[in-house]
Amino acid sequence: MTEQKDRELYRWLRLIREFEGRISALDKQGKLMGGVYSGKGQEAVTVGFCHDLRWDDWIFPLHRDLGAYLVKGADPKRLMAQIFGKRDGFAKGKDSYLHGGDLANGIFGATSMLAATLPVAAGMAYKFKIRKEDRVAISFFGEGASSRGDVHEAMNFAGVHKLPVVFVCENNFYAYSTPNELQFGVDNVADRAAGYGFKGEVVNGNDLHDVMKAAGKAIDRARKGEGPTLVECKTYRYHGHSEHDRADYRSEEEVITWESRDPISLWEIYLEKRKYDIAAIRKETAEEVTRIVEEAVAFADGSPAPEGPEAMEDLYAMPIDTEAR
Amino acid sequence: MLITYIEAIRQAMDEELARDKNVLLMGEDVGVLGGAFKATAGLLEKYGADRVVDMPISESLIVGAGVGLAVQGMRPILEMQFIDFIACGFDQIVNSAATLRYRHGGQTACPIVVRGPSGGGVHGGLYHSQNPEAWFCHVPGLKVVAPATAYDAKGLLKSAIRDDDPVIYFEHKFLYRRIKEEIPAEEYLVPIGKAALRKEGRDLTVITYSAPVHAVMKAARDMAAEVDIEVIDLRTLLPIDWATVKASARKTGKVLIVHESRLNGGIGGEVAARIAQDCFEDLDGPVMRLGARDAHTPFAPAMEAYVLPNQEKITEAIRKLAAY
Ligand SMILES: Cc1ncc(C[n+]2csc(CCOP(=O)(O)OP(=O)(O)O)c2C)c(N)n1
Repeated sequence: MTEQKDRELYRWLRLIREFEGRISALDKQGKLMGGVYSGKGQEAVTVGFCHDLRWDDWIFPLHRDLGAYLVKGADPKRLMAQIFGKRDGFAKGKDSYLHGGDLANGIFGATSMLAATLPVAAGMAYKFKIRKEDRVAISFFGEGASSRGDVHEAMNFAGVHKLPVVFVCENNFYAYSTPNELQFGVDNVADRAAGYGFKGEVVNGNDLHDVMKAAGKAIDRARKGEGPTLVECKTYRYHGHSEHDRADYRSEEEVITWESRDPISLWEIYLEKRKYDIAAIRKETAEEVTRIVEEAVAFADGSPAPEGPEAMEDLYAMPIDTEAR
Repeated sequence: MLITYIEAIRQAMDEELARDKNVLLMGEDVGVLGGAFKATAGLLEKYGADRVVDMPISESLIVGAGVGLAVQGMRPILEMQFIDFIACGFDQIVNSAATLRYRHGGQTACPIVVRGPSGGGVHGGLYHSQNPEAWFCHVPGLKVVAPATAYDAKGLLKSAIRDDDPVIYFEHKFLYRRIKEEIPAEEYLVPIGKAALRKEGRDLTVITYSAPVHAVMKAARDMAAEVDIEVIDLRTLLPIDWATVKASARKTGKVLIVHESRLNGGIGGEVAARIAQDCFEDLDGPVMRLGARDAHTPFAPAMEAYVLPNQEKITEAIRKLAAY
């Protein structure tokens, strides 16, 4: 990889961390309403899978994939307005957090029903296939969500038609408080791919190199018409399930162990090995990401809160006659 | 005992788990975590992992497995982490649980309870605010309850657990810690199928249930000088206590129905139609309804307030009906 790309990837990792860090801080200060689901610790997965996508590819992020929005091209200002529930957010305040996609940039907003986006991603990939479009859909889901029937149903269909979709399981070992051993009886979620007739692979989700390599292969395979791949990224969320969760169902040692495998630190070590001027890169990056995040917060803060009657907008493509009661 | 609404729910489960070894509790994070809202706190320690079961994330599995257990004589309490996710278990409820007895010609019962936090007013957005009771009131074979007080929350849940039919039990998360109530120390049950006359009055009747009961009671007190309001809390939405509803409609001649779920296809339509048909000659005005506007429950506060009923809208609706 070129130095420019190495630095660019670093910048994304740092921007996501800074962006989410700021959201957590705002939440602590009581400036946000609703749930905040930090993906701190999982940045390498979203950067790795989204960075080399084309503008007209699609991603289907989950509740912790705020970073994917940024890398795929969402305007940080609008993304922050979305978190604030303001009119400039993607949902225009109708819902917050990641329940609003940026369709112009190929980012599909999720419902709260875990894994409900996987069948949608499969449907989209089916269109890419039958229209012979050289595009891919990347669908993220948690290891907890892998217990839902939607996951099986989507993968089964994708396997039948060899669809250009990549299923990315972010296995952070806990679904809220529920550990993997109470979630499924296999060692790896990726082991299930065989049952759908495509390839499954396990990677170190904290190592951006590993993720990029697996992502590159899977995306390439999808574009070439060779069908789906299930990539399971083993990673860890530092925070609780939401900011309200103290996460005392896990041990301190475990958290410390994972912190020592921090994806950003690992990338810094790599940059150092390549003999780049890491001190300068760090400083420059810090300044840039801080500026972007501050601008986003200022914009979101200043964005108008929607007014009551706006609740009735966007229900139907064409207004229907709903007689006032 | 002075307890909160959520403590009432916890106590009901605790007492029934202790009383009957066939009762068990299943849901996401109900064990070690004690539930997302702490409704099941301490129960794993007390009853063990065989009876307080942390389930994989699959609502259809949770309900379906509950049906299997029920056929074996067990009495599962099935928690939906948020009631919104009940949609993912919908098929198992309406096609598997609700029809179980009917399609076996009465050979078996289906004593399951599906419970979870419903309701808005907490800026939960589209998927953490729903009031899906009407979906289920369309389905024969189910019973549907929605308590408004801590006393009822406990007594109705205990009845639901002992009931041989599938009961969908809608808790209101807005009430969890906002209301506290003195309840008896000794055991009691609240029967399924009976409404509560919360306040007697002569001029008009407000029929409601769940969280709006509190706003309606406040309106009845605040407006006492203006209009003498009778308040009926349905508590059970399937089957509805028609005797109580009709007696009150006949007595006051004016009825307003208030619920938080949206009007279109809501419970209010059913109640209004029944009163219009059976009490037509006693009515002094149209049967009126107040519910949420027919939109999803939005996140931003001003929009949420616009969509959901509130104190002000209730007062206004009462004035409008009283003026007839
Ligand atoms: C169908 C459904 N059931 C329950 C929930 C409540 N819930 C939200 S996130 C979560 C845990 C998700 O775990 P996982 O899929 O592993 O993702 P993670 O949060 O660990 O990133 C649960 C149970 C939900 N959103 N959707």
